Amino acid sequence: MGFRVLKPGMQTTIQDLGRYGYQSQGISVSGAMDVRSFKIANLLLDNPENEAELEICLIGPTLKFTSATIIAITGGDFSPTINGKPAPLYTAIYVEKDDVLKFASARTGSRCYVAFSSYLDVPVVMGSRSTNMKSKTGGYHGRPLREDDYVGFRIKRRYLPFFLSRHLEPQKFDETAETLRVVMGPQTDMFTRQGLDTFLSGEFTVTSDFDRMGCRLDGPFVSTKNGSDIISDGIAFGAVQVPSHGKPIIMLSDRQTTGGYAKIATVASVDIPKLVQRKTDHKIRFEAITVEEAQALYLKEITELEELRKSIHVPCKEVLDCRLVAKRLTKLFV
Amino acid sequence: MQQVQILTEGDSSLLIVFGDEISPEINSRISAVVQLLKNQHIKGVIDLIPSYAALLINYNPQVISFSEIRSRVETILSMDVKAENRAKTIVEIPVLYGGDYGPDLQTIADHAGLSPEEVIKIHASRDYLIYMLGFLPGFCYLGGLDERIHTPRLASPRLRIREGSVGIGGNATGIYPMDSPGGWQLMGMTPVKTFDPNREVPILLEAGQYIRFIPIDEEEFQRIRTLVEKGEYECVVHHDSDKEDA
Repeated sequence: MGFRVLKPGMQTTIQDLGRYGYQSQGISVSGAMDVRSFKIANLLLDNPENEAELEICLIGPTLKFTSATIIAITGGDFSPTINGKPAPLYTAIYVEKDDVLKFASARTGSRCYVAFSSYLDVPVVMGSRSTNMKSKTGGYHGRPLREDDYVGFRIKRRYLPFFLSRHLEPQKFDETAETLRVVMGPQTDMFTRQGLDTFLSGEFTVTSDFDRMGCRLDGPFVSTKNGSDIISDGIAFGAVQVPSHGKPIIMLSDRQTTGGYAKIATVASVDIPKLVQRKTDHKIRFEAITVEEAQALYLKEITELEELRKSIHVPCKEVLDCRLVAKRLTKLFV
Repeated sequence: MQQVQILTEGDSSLLIVFGDEISPEINSRISAVVQLLKNQHIKGVIDLIPSYAALLINYNPQVISFSEIRSRVETILSMDVKAENRAKTIVEIPVLYGGDYGPDLQTIADHAGLSPEEVIKIHASRDYLIYMLGFLPGFCYLGGLDERIHTPRLASPRLRIREGSVGIGGNATGIYPMDSPGGWQLMGMTPVKTFDPNREVPILLEAGQYIRFIPIDEEEFQRIRTLVEKGEYECVVHHDSDKEDA
């Protein structure tokens, strides 16, 4: 009861919303990079918000199911197919035993998520199923999936209420410059006036140094008053460090817990998905907002996700429309 | 006491900066604030990351807003107990010095112009404050290494340093909690696992505690290692009674 990995893809890992409570001991949070797409995949299947999923990066895997289950694929478009036929995104899909789910490389975005109605059977380590590759714990033996790995399911759950309603409009990830909203600080006072202006007005490029730990940017020089070294302190998800070379680094899910470079700003939680779905050479800009504005955006997104959850938790319109059902039945029998 | 600053680090974290230097006083004040925060069980606080001179609080803005958490923190900072009143916890870490376990002990001794025995005596003769953990799971940044045995790092780092290795890198000393590449001069090894993800308490040590290295011989090393593997070993812990809370 589970799936076998026929091809592993570039870096396919098991993630949930992360491992909190152990950062004071040097253990990174890990967890999904694009939290929004992650949450939508789970809500499509009526799963708990934090249920573990596959996170797929740039080149997707090929998986063969050893039992039936229901899946949902969200995030970037990796042209997924089931037994060679295109599989819809942002939709609950029934898969049978022996079905082959195949992903190509990312056509849009750079990461996609797969949720399972029968829940992935990997142990909870320190409160989370997320893969922590550095300390080789959590997820599937603390590492990305490899060829011939077998990941089991925890439960048999092959029925979902309102199955036919469980689809949403896929999110678009395009290649035009994205503006990331940031809350300035905590070490803003270490930067020159010009450095701050450059940061908020310049256009930056995503480099190939972009992984689960962080994203290095190229662009205009962001100058500090007196170097960038601080006494090491804690690093939040989305914090923008600027080392003395003047190029920002945005710290992501597998970031180290503490660091010694000044942080000019932190990306608003709701805008981190926009960043992590970028590819090398894509452009980004920064725009400052207040912490109150960033928190209001966060609350708005939670409300929006709750509305999405409700919108698919209703009988399918076609089923309610008697004439439509009658027409379809006629078609079937005539 | 320096002016404490409360700063934003995005919409889900707040950074309290206690000072701009590395000192046991500032570090011990941070430990006291961490304890107070833990005791208060503030709803919405999801993690605390203490460091040399600052404390990062991760919180969920759906549960508690920035202004709410800032005012809770201000209250705690105003009631912060005097650091001197807190108990000092010392954890004993047994170490087998030299031989295959500490291949660079002679290098450290030569650099210091001392005998290996003197180096061991100096290293094991004081308690080291754990300022913070980071870099690797369970890796402790320790303060207070005796200047006489400061030793430059290896010119070319080793690709694999075994878990439990105890070493010196410049003016710092510490324990490798897991196999890792590294450039420190290795002087010994502890049979104790400071990090074990499958243990009920995965990380043995915490910031604000002290470490005392206890020299042991091969026989004792093997005895402790067997107990560790069975999950039956517990480190000796002292609580400095003079500094117990009133």
